[in-house]
Amino acid sequence: MRFERRDAPHWAPRVDVASMMLQVLGALVPAAIVHVWYFGPGLVFNLLVAAIFAVAGEALMMWARGRQPEAALRDYSALVIAALLAFALPSLTPWWVTATGALFAVVVAKHLYGGLGFNIFNPAMAGYVVILVAFPMHLNLWVGPRMGDIDYQHLTIVQTLAFTLTGNLPDALTFDAVARATPLDVMKTGLNNMATTVEIRANPIMGDFGGRGWEWIGNFLAIGGAWLLIRKIIRWQIPVGVGLGLLGPATLMYLVDPGANPSPGFHLFAGATILCAFFIATDPVSAATSPKGRLIYGLGIGLLIYCIRTWGSYADGVAFAVLIMNMAVPAIDRFTRPRIVGHAEESVNRG
Amino acid sequence: MSAPTYDLGKLHGGLRLAAHKQESTASAITDIPLPAQLMLPLQQHAGEPAQPVVSIGDRVLKGQVVAEPDGEMGAPVHASSSGTVVAIEQWPVSRRFGDKAPCIIVATDGHDEAFPPWSSGDYRAMPPADLLLRILDGGIVGLGGAVFPTAQKLMQARAMQADYLILNGVECEPYISCDDMLMQQHAGEIVGGAQVLMHALCIDACLIVVESDKPEAIRRLGEELAAASDERVTLKQVPTIYPSGGEDQLVQLVTNREVPSGGLPTDVGCVVQNVGTAAAVYDWIVRGEPLISRITTVTGDGVASPVNVRARIGTTVADVIDGAGGYRDNPRHLVIGGPMTGKAVSTDEVPIVKASNCILVLNDAPQAGTELACVRCGECAAVCPVQLQPQQLHWYACADDEHKLREFGLIDCIECGCCDLVCPSHIPLTADFRVAKGRIRELADEKARAERARQRFEARNERLEREHAERNAELAQQKETAKAAGPAAIAEILARKRGDKNEDDGA
Repeated sequence: MRFERRDAPHWAPRVDVASMMLQVLGALVPAAIVHVWYFGPGLVFNLLVAAIFAVAGEALMMWARGRQPEAALRDYSALVIAALLAFALPSLTPWWVTATGALFAVVVAKHLYGGLGFNIFNPAMAGYVVILVAFPMHLNLWVGPRMGDIDYQHLTIVQTLAFTLTGNLPDALTFDAVARATPLDVMKTGLNNMATTVEIRANPIMGDFGGRGWEWIGNFLAIGGAWLLIRKIIRWQIPVGVGLGLLGPATLMYLVDPGANPSPGFHLFAGATILCAFFIATDPVSAATSPKGRLIYGLGIGLLIYCIRTWGSYADGVAFAVLIMNMAVPAIDRFTRPRIVGHAEESVNRG
Repeated sequence: MSAPTYDLGKLHGGLRLAAHKQESTASAITDIPLPAQLMLPLQQHAGEPAQPVVSIGDRVLKGQVVAEPDGEMGAPVHASSSGTVVAIEQWPVSRRFGDKAPCIIVATDGHDEAFPPWSSGDYRAMPPADLLLRILDGGIVGLGGAVFPTAQKLMQARAMQADYLILNGVECEPYISCDDMLMQQHAGEIVGGAQVLMHALCIDACLIVVESDKPEAIRRLGEELAAASDERVTLKQVPTIYPSGGEDQLVQLVTNREVPSGGLPTDVGCVVQNVGTAAAVYDWIVRGEPLISRITTVTGDGVASPVNVRARIGTTVADVIDGAGGYRDNPRHLVIGGPMTGKAVSTDEVPIVKASNCILVLNDAPQAGTELACVRCGECAAVCPVQLQPQQLHWYACADDEHKLREFGLIDCIECGCCDLVCPSHIPLTADFRVAKGRIRELADEKARAERARQRFEARNERLEREHAERNAELAQQKETAKAAGPAAIAEILARKRGDKNEDDGA
């Protein structure tokens, strides 16, 4: 009798990239719902725009590289890039801004470096930084969070969609009426004006720790992140590294001078800290690869976020921190190789 | 020597896999009927193939040596039953390189007439060195799958003064249950074999290691140990994690000693034998029966009734499966060995050899999806029992970077297959590494060949130069002698030369 031959192991793999990506997307859903609750439907439109352009860009590049476009679309990695980019953007963002970011992320940061698995830089963050440089004023259009005790101008779904498509608010409304500074901005401006953190925190937009709405989005991102940890889609080293790298110096400075330094709780819940720790920095392709290396990589990102927030000119520093650490990955990988069983410690890492 | 204390180590990585063992452990070991023909490959062991000592037409008896080891590494091959040698030719076999190998083909006569059994009396009266040579004659090789000739391994251990004998009853690979059934049904032989091995090795510490998912085997071994009341032997359970039964992994697990890269367990004072090997040693030394049969697991969704069988070495897989109840449905893959490390063969004409611990028949190909690029998730590194970084090795294997492959420990890869199972990009890492290893070996051979050629060339040049110098020196010497003898002598020499010439012309 004749049989087909193939190489060992004769056992189906347990996971695939597509299901990993889908689980990452799934882990973002609870936070997305909270986001929409606090900041309106803008996120949904941003997601749609980013997804359309990311997928189109991916298909185009695969075609241009002479590969099957549908093969790349089946792994959902373009959608993950789109989702992370959309989460980083204010809920009121005109479509061309989002599209620029999504296309740069997929076409330049991902495919010009060789496509899935070969990109040096985190594509979503590269796309975000391009927007930050090209359309700086658009990234300040954060609507006020939904809250009972202060008035905020509520935009309807249609009005939000109209803004996404045209970049114009309804005639009766001005930007001042709908847009609010983010808690990170409020903190930075306040500290620059020599206000104490206690005075700054009196603003109801600052919430309990890191800003109204923001802290709840953070909680649900953390739940999604915890689920990814349980599912072993991500490992603990990078989230813990980011947390320690940011909260370590934040705690120290807060203990030294609580009036001039925001609390570690603020740093944890404000801005994109939790999104970064669980979803952005954990992109395996552009991260360090050994467990020890990933801890160092995370620590570096956390530390850089702290430095940029404290001494930089940007309110948040996640994108820059991630991109800078992306550049450090080859060096980290080189010096954090695990000792191979049966080898002496010193013979490793000699490079 | 003081009583050993076992320092438990920890295995890095590994996987918990669905065992699929209960299918084949439900019923007792059955005997496969004697086949009409036996195909006895000359190479069933690590090392050089054995050399036939019978000719076509010879009548052979069960247990008679038909091929003798050639060189330092090897083991004899015995006829598994009585009959006539009908051919010595290439026949399909399951092995790593090539599909066919020379086999002695014996047509059985059905009498199963045994060669007069060897009897030594009590092995305990034999000097250990003689006992080792005796074990060599039994054709015994490591039955766990690596088929390292047992006698050579033991001799090495003697030379290195190993202090632990470890009997490997872990059997961590899914589907395979032949060791489990052996321990359940022949625990006495294993304990007896341990005693023979300890005597041969002059070791008085033996550890029998069994995976925790084999309670019945542990119970039976415990009973036998209690009956033997041999304090030198300890029974040890280890957690069920693949690949804790790998030789080096097992040593690390139960002694917390790491086998050095490129080394052997004897380098850290351990000698590991499979429980099946110990039983085979007992059968040979105490009962006089050489290694002519083995227990094999016949399993998978492509066989009608999964079971463990005892088959004569040389019985074809087709005959074994026939004797075990036949195929079921439309089997697509035939794997000799387990699902993680076994080798798929294209025909069931291959014979059962000393290494054949399992025949796995699968109806459906385990479908790996499309291969994508590595996303560097690092899961492969997390499960690697040797703590390699397969994600990095993969890059260097693609780039054929020999230097980096060596630096990142490709040679240390044990090809357990764990990385393949956790790779989300479905990269056939183990298969790629196997190819890369072959390539590195090739390069090393090439280098060695080039080096040898260079040395030969240099030696030749040196020799030519030396001869040239010697010749010159000789000529100079002659000149000096002539000069010293004076002009008359030179004239005489020249005259003689002319005379020679004239004679030549005249002739």
